Amino acid sequence: MNSFEYTRAVDIVDAVRQVAADPAAKLIAGGTNLVDLMKENVARPSRLIDITRLPLDKVEETSDGGLRIGTLVANSDLAYDPRIEGRYPLLGSAILAGASQQLRNMASTGGNLLQRTRCLYFYDTSTPCNKREPGSGCSAIGGINRMHAILGTSEHCIATHPSDMCVALAALDARVLATGPAGQRSIAFDAFHRLPGDTPQIDTNLRADEIITAIELPPKGFAKNYTYLKIRDRLSYAFALVSVAVGLDIEGDKIKDARLALGGVAHKPWRDREAEAQLSGAPPTRERFVQAAETLLRGARGFGHNDFKIELTRRAILRALGQAARGTPQSQADKRIK
Amino acid sequence: MAQSSSAARKSSDKRPNPAKVAVTLHVNGIQRKLAIAPWTTLLDALRLHLDLTGTKKGCDHGQCGACTVLVDGRRIYSCLTLAVMKDGAHVTTIEGLAQGGAMHPLQQAFIEHDALQCGYCTPGQICSAAGLIAEGKAGNADEIRELMSGNICRCGAYPNIVAAIEQVMFGKTLETTGEAKR
Repeated sequence: MNSFEYTRAVDIVDAVRQVAADPAAKLIAGGTNLVDLMKENVARPSRLIDITRLPLDKVEETSDGGLRIGTLVANSDLAYDPRIEGRYPLLGSAILAGASQQLRNMASTGGNLLQRTRCLYFYDTSTPCNKREPGSGCSAIGGINRMHAILGTSEHCIATHPSDMCVALAALDARVLATGPAGQRSIAFDAFHRLPGDTPQIDTNLRADEIITAIELPPKGFAKNYTYLKIRDRLSYAFALVSVAVGLDIEGDKIKDARLALGGVAHKPWRDREAEAQLSGAPPTRERFVQAAETLLRGARGFGHNDFKIELTRRAILRALGQAARGTPQSQADKRIK
Repeated sequence: MAQSSSAARKSSDKRPNPAKVAVTLHVNGIQRKLAIAPWTTLLDALRLHLDLTGTKKGCDHGQCGACTVLVDGRRIYSCLTLAVMKDGAHVTTIEGLAQGGAMHPLQQAFIEHDALQCGYCTPGQICSAAGLIAEGKAGNADEIRELMSGNICRCGAYPNIVAAIEQVMFGKTLETTGEAKR
């Protein structure tokens, strides 16, 4: 690991001041991704600003009936919080589908959003990578790209976002609270992560001098009809080939409101409002599910090794919609897909 | 790790070489004062500075679980943890699980169930299982398997590892665990 200076932030204002003063500094909380990237010589911060002693580790009710999750709440604590289990089981399920219990004990809520891609070329400093070294080229296009994106790619980058938690947060219409020198702002989850375009080195719209302080969940949690279905190369502790988060609001025999987000297939959790609109106002039938899947996957493109992901995603969407409509969410312990 | 990254560092990088920082850890009930560089992982602090070599370095990237220890009672990967960030914390390693002369029930159960072959992953497996039991979220073998997935055993002793943990959690004997019958 490269040498760096280590400091502790005493409060949010101090954290913002320190990170704004040094463009090469990085905030650190769980460190599960950053420390690894530093060992790989991919991240070379001049200074680590430890924010783990700030009082940002609470889950609180909001005035509109939602929840505010402090940025330092550990992933495991969040998944097992009775309010998450009861009102937002889609979020809890997605968190428990990701990483291992050791990592969930370490990883923070805000840090989960700021994970960088696990594209092997991004990690391998001996290969070109536009995300790591802008302008050097993309080794995954024309390289080994079995894990890579099929939606929203660019000629510069086909990396995927690795988080499971973020896929559920996208489906739930969460908001990200960030504080910078100019004060606090709230960012819609969909506007937080970016597509690669011609600036794949920039993962999010969080500014370099901002700190995530909390995630806010709106009141609607889709606790009755939801599922998080994750397909991966081994049964646990592996990144998604494809994952599907579904939340359905079913009234009588009709879907009133539908949310669908995909993981493992794009540079950010993938949503398509048109597909969700196609599901709303109609009974949950296979014909509708097929139509929504087609809409979600329009424009999907494989790069050779990952061509299979297009059909795999289509089938996973159909399975997940069925699970959610029946009220039988995917178990994250018994891995049989029903 | 240190050699490879310093070799890869660009010569143009002018980097500070900060003084060592004072860190106090309570390791297996004993207060230990260290002066270490900020990039020292908890794993290296335990193994290289405190001579507690029971905790193993496997992948050193949070992918295998061999380095699992308990920090303030929760299982974590010591390879991805900077020791300086845990100043003041209580750390339990495999060396701290036995009570006096008596082995921890998990240590005893791993022996009874032959839950290892080469043994390199075992300290991490046992510390992880101790964390699992403290969390209280596993109610059956499926849930044990899922919540122990952060510990890889390349010898493939998984059935016996699950059986050993079942014995400690549910009082199942060697004869009655489902794993032993498979």
